[in-house]
Amino acid sequence: MKNTHYDIYGGQYVAETLMPALEELTRAYEKFRNDPDFVAEMKYFLHDYVGRESPLYFAERLTAHCGGAQIYLKREDLNHTGAHKSNNTLGQALLARRMGKKRLIAETGAGMHGVATATVAARFGFECEVFMGEADIRRQQPNVERMAMLGAKVRSITSGTGTLKDAMNEALRNWVETVEDTFYVIGTVAGPAPYPEMVKDFQSVIGREARAQFLERTGKLPDEVIACVGGGSNAMGIFAGFENDPGVKLVGVEAGGMGLETGHHAASINGGRVGVLHGSKSYLLQDADGQVLDAYSVSAGLDYPGVGPEHAFLHDTGRAEYTAINDDEAIAAFDLLCRLEGILPALESSHAIAQAIKNAPRLGKDKAIVVCLSGRGDKDMENIRAYKAGKKILNCE
Amino acid sequence: MNRFQKIFSRGRKVAIGYATCGCPDTESSIEFMHGMVAGGTDILELGVPFSDPTADGPVIQRSSQLALRNGFRVEKAFGIASALRKAYPELGLVLFSYYNPIFSMGPEKFAERAQQAGVDGALIVDVPFEERGEIEPMLNARGIELVPLVSPATPPERMKKITAGCGSFVYYITVRGVTGTRSALPDDLQKNLAALRRAAAPAPVAAGFGISSPETARAAAAGADGIVIGSAFVKIQLDETLSAAEKKAKAEALARLCFGAVR
Repeated sequence: MKNTHYDIYGGQYVAETLMPALEELTRAYEKFRNDPDFVAEMKYFLHDYVGRESPLYFAERLTAHCGGAQIYLKREDLNHTGAHKSNNTLGQALLARRMGKKRLIAETGAGMHGVATATVAARFGFECEVFMGEADIRRQQPNVERMAMLGAKVRSITSGTGTLKDAMNEALRNWVETVEDTFYVIGTVAGPAPYPEMVKDFQSVIGREARAQFLERTGKLPDEVIACVGGGSNAMGIFAGFENDPGVKLVGVEAGGMGLETGHHAASINGGRVGVLHGSKSYLLQDADGQVLDAYSVSAGLDYPGVGPEHAFLHDTGRAEYTAINDDEAIAAFDLLCRLEGILPALESSHAIAQAIKNAPRLGKDKAIVVCLSGRGDKDMENIRAYKAGKKILNCE
Repeated sequence: MNRFQKIFSRGRKVAIGYATCGCPDTESSIEFMHGMVAGGTDILELGVPFSDPTADGPVIQRSSQLALRNGFRVEKAFGIASALRKAYPELGLVLFSYYNPIFSMGPEKFAERAQQAGVDGALIVDVPFEERGEIEPMLNARGIELVPLVSPATPPERMKKITAGCGSFVYYITVRGVTGTRSALPDDLQKNLAALRRAAAPAPVAAGFGISSPETARAAAAGADGIVIGSAFVKIQLDETLSAAEKKAKAEALARLCFGAVR
């Protein structure tokens, strides 16, 4: 195992019942990650099934509108299932198959990871159960229906605020009971080791492609790479391609919700402090007593009180900068991308777009920004309509 | 000899009971624990409520949420421990918690406050052997033992590693699953307990999770040095139809019934 810890962050803070399962997973992952058959199979399915490589698209009209740096979009929204999530679920499913597991479980917030897990479960013949908070089930109905059609069972979680954190609590509880035959497909670069490193590995295809595509096109590297951060898997995936290029500024965008000052946000790095949740140590939204606070964002996929441990590490070392974009700014960016580029981004990705819109005018026209457009926004239409109509946001009653 | 060693050397099965601090409020949880002790509890596990109890079933989840809604603070757990220590000099006291409230306070301060409150041990569900180093030395420096956990999934060589040097008792999780009452215990219980006792010796072994009746108590006690009852007590704590005095009486009766069955 290369990285159980990132300085003080990461680790394996789980019940003893799960430790042998994590050891088994670590061994399997170490055995297969560089196995030629595994690598070839990944490559085949990423190409023929997920549809990679995804384009790096020059957003010409958005660039002209902002009047500064050129904005490029890494089109993860064009992947099978409509987000970057399938890069990871594919990898974990192929690993689960080699480990002889029969059943996949997953937590999901916006439903994109749930759909991506249900998809690979269908393709490779696993049973599948997805844990989803009841507030998210209401916010993301289309994805709930997609999972059902793919043959997955969606379990509604009513504890806590019925969002991603509570879904992950329940998935962990279920895993403790079913650990013999069940593989827990974690959807982000959080959780106990080896998940943060493994999920980064599977998502790093985003950054590898983006770097090569940009280089081929322009003969140089971009000045900034921007991605949204909930747990942080799309960000870690695209950052991975540029982590050894010190001239490329890495920017992670957290969900500022109603504004950091209101306390209603999901910005763990900008508005939290170090703590331990769901198996790893990282920045965490919590009260003075160490009780975890509920996150809030208009975007269900960013609505999580923690963040992957390597992001905490990149923040502390200064290698990446972490900003916050609030609900209104994200919605405005969503509108702009729809109207100017004919691309309907996920609300999560809209946070990254909003940051690019802010940063581009500050940079010269000879500079370039690559934004990870992590997913498509079809799932968000009802929520955006409701937001604009001034209705109460579902999980903030 | 520390208090645990004295308790386990009495020559009979040790009775360990869990209750949630602050459920439904501080005072009634203390009264409830008095009932448990009156019924024969040798070691009390004081559950420190946490917002995200991932190793707990619905009963302890509900009790934690209720305590937090009613204003539980970690500081109150030390107050509860102090009150019990004053009343019962021989009683074993274990703080049962998840790591974040402890980490948030700082392991050293936690250990200091626990020592002042007369606590003997700490059981931290989400700190496995691999992460122990950042809390165990601080606890030991204050004379507090970190109670190790072993599960049915733990292989024999790992049992040895986990239980080496244990100065309290080893907590054996009888089931693959979260806390909660069950009608029967797994078939592999006796075999696993025998293997664990060999690996852990001379440290004693207590079996917990899923024990709630004289039958399950006897089954668990047959191969262990002590048994733990948790959710069955907490169910009474949560019963809204009972007054605090009635809950206390029921706690005492449950302790007599189940712990009495193994004496």
